[in-house]
Amino acid sequence: MIGLAAPMPAADSGAPPLPTATKGRPIVTLRGVEKQFSNGTLAVEDFNAVVGAHEFVSLLGPSGCGKSTVLRMIAGLGAPTSGEIDWPSADHDVAGEPRRDLSFVFQEPTLMPWATAIRNVMLPLRLARTARSEMQDRAAEALALVGLGGFENAYPRELSGGMKMRVSIARAIVTRPRILLMDEPFAALDEITRFKLNNDLLELWGAQSWTVIFVTHSVFESVYLSQRIVVMAARPGRVISEIAITAPYPRDESFRTSPIYNDHCRAVSAELHRAMAA
Amino acid sequence: MNDAAIAVAGPVVKPARAAARRDAAIAQALPRILAPVAIGVITLLLWEITVHVRGIEPYILPSPLLIAQTLIANWGSLQVSLWVTLQTTALALIVAVVLGVSLAILFTQSKWVELSFFPYAVILQVTPIVAIAPLIIIWVNDTRIALLICAWIVAFFPILSNTTLGLNSADHNLLNLFQLYGASRFQMLRFLRLPAAMPYFLGGLRISGGLALIGAVVAEFVAGTGGQASGLAYRILESGYQLQIPKMFAALFLISLSGVCIFLVLTLVSHLVLRRWHESAIRREN
Repeated sequence: MIGLAAPMPAADSGAPPLPTATKGRPIVTLRGVEKQFSNGTLAVEDFNAVVGAHEFVSLLGPSGCGKSTVLRMIAGLGAPTSGEIDWPSADHDVAGEPRRDLSFVFQEPTLMPWATAIRNVMLPLRLARTARSEMQDRAAEALALVGLGGFENAYPRELSGGMKMRVSIARAIVTRPRILLMDEPFAALDEITRFKLNNDLLELWGAQSWTVIFVTHSVFESVYLSQRIVVMAARPGRVISEIAITAPYPRDESFRTSPIYNDHCRAVSAELHRAMAA
Repeated sequence: MNDAAIAVAGPVVKPARAAARRDAAIAQALPRILAPVAIGVITLLLWEITVHVRGIEPYILPSPLLIAQTLIANWGSLQVSLWVTLQTTALALIVAVVLGVSLAILFTQSKWVELSFFPYAVILQVTPIVAIAPLIIIWVNDTRIALLICAWIVAFFPILSNTTLGLNSADHNLLNLFQLYGASRFQMLRFLRLPAAMPYFLGGLRISGGLALIGAVVAEFVAGTGGQASGLAYRILESGYQLQIPKMFAALFLISLSGVCIFLVLTLVSHLVLRRWHESAIRREN
């Protein structure tokens, strides 16, 4: 089992889910966001969303529905063609750029093959010119948090697919971001590893104060993880509906096999079918 | 941690297993050395016997033993020439590395620089060195510098083109990641592009090592026919004029030997740099 350094979230499992976007100012709001690529493809059309502090939101949709494009625009990789993405609770620098305080987890682990696990995790701190000893400590801590204590000096090629993804997550959380953007991070993993990483991610999310925006094309994964699911349709990419998953946290294996989970999955699946027919 | 338990033989290896692994490595390396050595010995023996049995004159084909004797007898002059050739080769390679890598870095910083200069680098590469060596030797007064320039021209291009390719082949997602964390251009270069280019650069270096030697020898030939004394190629020319064929072979042997040594050294360097992470340096069993 994973050894969590941080305490578990409120263990009284009857606690209601956090209401969406009402707790303080939202982290990020998207208004009428549209993205047209230079080849003319309309990837995203009129995308609206508000994401609050400590929310877990999933973007669900068939491939080509622009969910990754939305995530990348939130990250600041490529600006929207029209509409705006606001960071109401972030500081802005002199140029008006928000300090987003975000981390991104790609579909592939995206590790530097020439660097050991700990040096990979240290990368964001190194780029921010953090002091060496602090880098070491924080990177080791992040690795321990994802259950990879003792693998500091392993090279990526020596790690399994699941472990590489854990290093990638450790690198994302080492900066203590306010918001974590995940682009189908577990899609390439086998089911056993994926379930395990789902559980560990939820545990970490419960213990830390981040917001997570999670892109996936799996109905089951999105229902298991999220408080809210934004279902998208393709060509052009747009929002079809938003579904709240009211089941309380912490969620674990018993939730995965519960009738409530089943009901949610059925409802979300129906929405997804509607999206694909639309 | 399921996947941790399944993990890796890499980082945690017990001493006994490490020793066993070393033995296995030696057992695997031995035939790789012994087999070519055996072929070499057999060839030399056949050569020696053929020369004696058929009574071939030394000025047509000297026997290996005679070549070895000549090599020892003329070691004084040959050694000086060997040193000259090796110096030219090494200096040319160093200059090729410095200029090739710097120019490749410049290319990746600005697309315009690359578009403007790359064609000329290609022209430099495709023009036969024998054809321009006489010009360079006429233009440059100091023969040693003229030879250096010739060897450099030949050695330069593989390093430039390979390093440019390497610097441009950094993982796209990693580039995005660096961008997300607000990396400066220098950080991007230092922590991402240069390490990613390393295997490509080392591949180019191995090619250029041999080419630098070839360039040096070719230039020496051209300079030698002009009467300017220098390295091993000049010894070959000189021996040819004087019909001292065994000495010619001795000089030829030294050139080949140098080439092999350069290749081995550069291969070793490449292996040492890449052994921990690059696919090319990792032994796999299926």
